[in-house]
Amino acid sequence: MNLSDALEIASATDPGMVRSHNEDSIASDVSKGLVVLADGMGGYNAGEVASGMATTVITTELQHLIEETPPYTVIESTGKTMAENILRDQIAKANTSIYQASQSQPQYSGMGTTLVVALFYDNKLAVAHIGDSRLYRQRGDAFKQVTKDHSLLQEQIDAGILTPEQAKLSANKNLVTRALGIDPAVEPEIHEYDAVPGDIYLLCSDGLCDMVSDEDISMALQTLGANLKLCAHQLVQMANDNGGRDNVSVILVRVKQEFTARRGFVSKLAGWFK
Amino acid sequence: MAKLILSMDGLVLKEISLSKERTTIGRKPHNDIQIDNLAVSGEHAVIVSILNDSFLEDLGSTNGTLVNGQSVKKHFLQNNDVIELGKYKLKYINEAPAQTKAADFEKTMILRPGAMKAMTPPPAVSAPTPVTHAAKPVAQSTPAPKSFGDTMVNQGALAASPGVAAGAPHHTVAPVVLPQPAPTKRGALQILSGASAGRSLDLTKPLTTLGKPGVQVAVITRRPHGFFITHVEGASLPIVNGKTLDTQAHALNDHDIIELAGVKMEFFLKT
Repeated sequence: MNLSDALEIASATDPGMVRSHNEDSIASDVSKGLVVLADGMGGYNAGEVASGMATTVITTELQHLIEETPPYTVIESTGKTMAENILRDQIAKANTSIYQASQSQPQYSGMGTTLVVALFYDNKLAVAHIGDSRLYRQRGDAFKQVTKDHSLLQEQIDAGILTPEQAKLSANKNLVTRALGIDPAVEPEIHEYDAVPGDIYLLCSDGLCDMVSDEDISMALQTLGANLKLCAHQLVQMANDNGGRDNVSVILVRVKQEFTARRGFVSKLAGWFK
Repeated sequence: MAKLILSMDGLVLKEISLSKERTTIGRKPHNDIQIDNLAVSGEHAVIVSILNDSFLEDLGSTNGTLVNGQSVKKHFLQNNDVIELGKYKLKYINEAPAQTKAADFEKTMILRPGAMKAMTPPPAVSAPTPVTHAAKPVAQSTPAPKSFGDTMVNQGALAASPGVAAGAPHHTVAPVVLPQPAPTKRGALQILSGASAGRSLDLTKPLTTLGKPGVQVAVITRRPHGFFITHVEGASLPIVNGKTLDTQAHALNDHDIIELAGVKMEFFLKT
């Protein structure tokens, strides 16, 4: 199923005002409803290598996998959807690739990356994430952080040590508790949500949400949602105007209309003859 | 690393670096910071340090603990806070690293559990009474990882800084107060034609949209170095001083005349 009519995607990535190179990596395929954002870590160019590998490995083969088994298919043995399975498998592959490269090549030693992925299918989206790259949703007036960081601060918030307001004052902003590619295996967090026409989804690296307040991000999404490309650039610009201390990347996905999967024999037959 | 400067009557007595997970303050000799004064309780207060953050907790002292003049039970310490116990003052210093080193300092680390296991779980600062501290390590309130978690999740994430395995440097940002106030002059629009002629509109928000959705919309962005107008949607582009803009952002000058969806308005800067 081609989602080009149902979704609109725009993205922007920028090294920011302080750093000389960009270790973020983004990829999207509107027809498959896939968006991937990774924020690499590691010395020299290793961060770029890790995030680049993550986006490449996850997007490669996905087309084939989706066509083989539709994402809405529920696997009887586990009760999980194929969408979740595909994401889990692709993330595991990416993890292995990055981990092996970091083990075999000294210049890549210790590299890793955060990750946030969304796969849109059948009026839903499956969201997988690792680390502190985030997915937000703007639905009408409501702006919501959908993913919960795998970070020290989030753990402290969950444990009641810090309030979210205090967390903004913390000196421990730079500690993630999960990352892709640093160990032989990784557990991504995957959830599925309903997508509604009019929704705007924002995937971003911490370079955006650490520099720009939620209110300002939401304002940009609401006022510039009609021009997604401009909106993406506006978000990057706001991060840079506030200091741009980090690389900043954003991917925006707007749901233009419903995208119900065509099930059943007749529609499949029609699909074959298309 | 954060430190405390102990002083009395403006006289500096001592400098203490907060290298331990728990730094105790009190009159009795077993305290890390002993203050031998009758106004100070035997076990008066404790400072719990978690990596670069420190939390002060009064341990039910007789005369209480003040931070910046306010009585506190628990307090998340910020740079330059002044803690008072009786006549003694402890200034908390936790300076951001020098600007030149900022980029390196801010790189994200991954917390790895292996290095942390030897450490005892830290006390839960939020626990209702000191008594429950030992019985309620914070790590327990973190959901247990399912399968691979043991190697990936740092359950002891709240342990002290020596436990942070320097993983890969990554780029993240030091604390920034959000949102930063824009140093820009204030800008405003005066509507010159159409139904709302004569009205004026202060451009106080970072983004102000103008026009009719679905017909023609432009946005004025307030940036540190000025105001810019950009086309958002619609077949026609905004006109500034008689010239039609392209789709790029256009810097606005004082007294520029904007035409949009048939309405004329003047941009001006307020002093």
